[in-house]
Amino acid sequence: MDAKVDMPLTERAKLSVRNLNFYYGNFLALKNINLDIPEKKVTAFIGPSGCGKSTLLRTLNRMFELYPEQRAEGEILLDGNNILTSKDDVSLIRAKIGMVFQKPTPFPMSIYDNIAFGVRLFETLPRVEMDERVEWALKKSALWSEVKDKLNQSGSGLSGGQQQRLCIARGIAIKPEILLLDEPCSALDPISTGKIEELIHELKSDYTVAIVTHNMQQAARCSDYTAYMYLGDLIEFGPTAELFMKPKRKDTEDYITGRFG
Amino acid sequence: MSTPVSANGSGMSASRLVMHRKRKRVNAIALVLALASMAFGLVWLFWILFETVRLGVGGLSFATFSEMTPPPQAETGGLLNAIFGSVMMVGLATLLGTPIGILAGIYLAEYGQKSWLGSVVRFINDILLSAPSIVVGLFIYGLVVARMQSFSGFAGVLALALIVIPVVIRQTENMLSLIPNALREAAYALGTPKWKVILSVTLKAARAGVLTGILLALARISGETAPLLFTALSNQFWTSDMTQPMASLPVTIFKFAMSPYENWQKLAWAGVFIITMGVLLLNILARVLFKNKH
Repeated sequence: MDAKVDMPLTERAKLSVRNLNFYYGNFLALKNINLDIPEKKVTAFIGPSGCGKSTLLRTLNRMFELYPEQRAEGEILLDGNNILTSKDDVSLIRAKIGMVFQKPTPFPMSIYDNIAFGVRLFETLPRVEMDERVEWALKKSALWSEVKDKLNQSGSGLSGGQQQRLCIARGIAIKPEILLLDEPCSALDPISTGKIEELIHELKSDYTVAIVTHNMQQAARCSDYTAYMYLGDLIEFGPTAELFMKPKRKDTEDYITGRFG
Repeated sequence: MSTPVSANGSGMSASRLVMHRKRKRVNAIALVLALASMAFGLVWLFWILFETVRLGVGGLSFATFSEMTPPPQAETGGLLNAIFGSVMMVGLATLLGTPIGILAGIYLAEYGQKSWLGSVVRFINDILLSAPSIVVGLFIYGLVVARMQSFSGFAGVLALALIVIPVVIRQTENMLSLIPNALREAAYALGTPKWKVILSVTLKAARAGVLTGILLALARISGETAPLLFTALSNQFWTSDMTQPMASLPVTIFKFAMSPYENWQKLAWAGVFIITMGVLLLNILARVLFKNKH
């Protein structure tokens, strides 16, 4: 498949992916991906199951390295530095590139400690400042009013939607530059989904957001740029309105109009 | 279309009803069998507990906890030296075996899932887990007692620790393996180093299960007799010197219960009661303590 894809280049690129190939053992899951994720915008990745969009997201913070049979070739540039070959500790890279997963994953500790856990890894804050940081993160993720009276209770006692917002709060509390969201709403009801979409919209004033979603309406609603992927190829990438209104490629059009396959 | 459907429908519903009745019958039979099996198991358990209480409470008195094991046919006497020996040896063996077991379990679950070393350790651990405890006793006898030329409390501790370790390893590994990878990934995604992911997230999430493993091991060694016969032996008198032969409840019960002397038999039942209640109380206590946390 043609790797040359039009880049939306009025923006500054926060993350640039260059000639990226990704392997699960011998299986080539991402084929020569090139794209720029613009700063302080929301970039959505859509495509049918197995197209590689989650894989791409997991490459961006080197999460794949936890599994020895997975490897990536090529470059991922964060502000110009290749994070795949960076000598920096991977922990420092991951602290800059936060991630929220498909299923809520509260840690087995209190709501307060769930947020403070990540902060304590990199900063030693006095109690008052830590309290402020926790409050800030919970307000930012639209959860504060629901949990402010039970910060000492277990995070696993919250509802699914609240847990997911707790995970987002945990992710932004360490003040990353980029936030990767891997189908963050797939386990949630419409009301929680709506809250998280609003949240994504607010987050982009401070963060660069990349979101993988199965829901095309969601991509259309909350992203500025959209990438359509299929079978490990990046088929089309462009401003969301353009991609949905007049896609350049027939494949993209077939997918978004439901004439796929 | 409507006529054949309704015609089919009545035939269908009749056959469905038959199937449904059959299913209910099978369900009832399965339920009765399951309940019967449970009752069969519980009857013996409660019978044992009942006998333990009936005969054990009779032998209990203040002297049981304040006096040493008596000679045959003595007027008084208790189990103080045996209780003390058991608490010391079981306690030290748990203290020694638990950290080794947890660390090895962490290795197996978090580092060596697929490595050859992990497979070898897992295989050997399974053998150790099912090894008869008398073999462990003989091993420590050959390794420690024969060389030191003396039975000792320490040898007993070592033998019991060798029984604790495989139980704790297995349980720790199993409980950590049940923690979904998503939780680990979420911790790594914050930039958490591996040791901290294990200590603060996965081990914490698995702690109730790991604690159960420790309790299982503790319950098991509280009643072990064979490994102590060859290592700590027994002692008629008080000793807190772990380099000397030491009395313990199981060995004392073994010795006293087999004897023809009535005062010894009574104390044996008291000992059985003390072990059973001790293990039961520890279990309840640990469950209550861990229930209140997150």
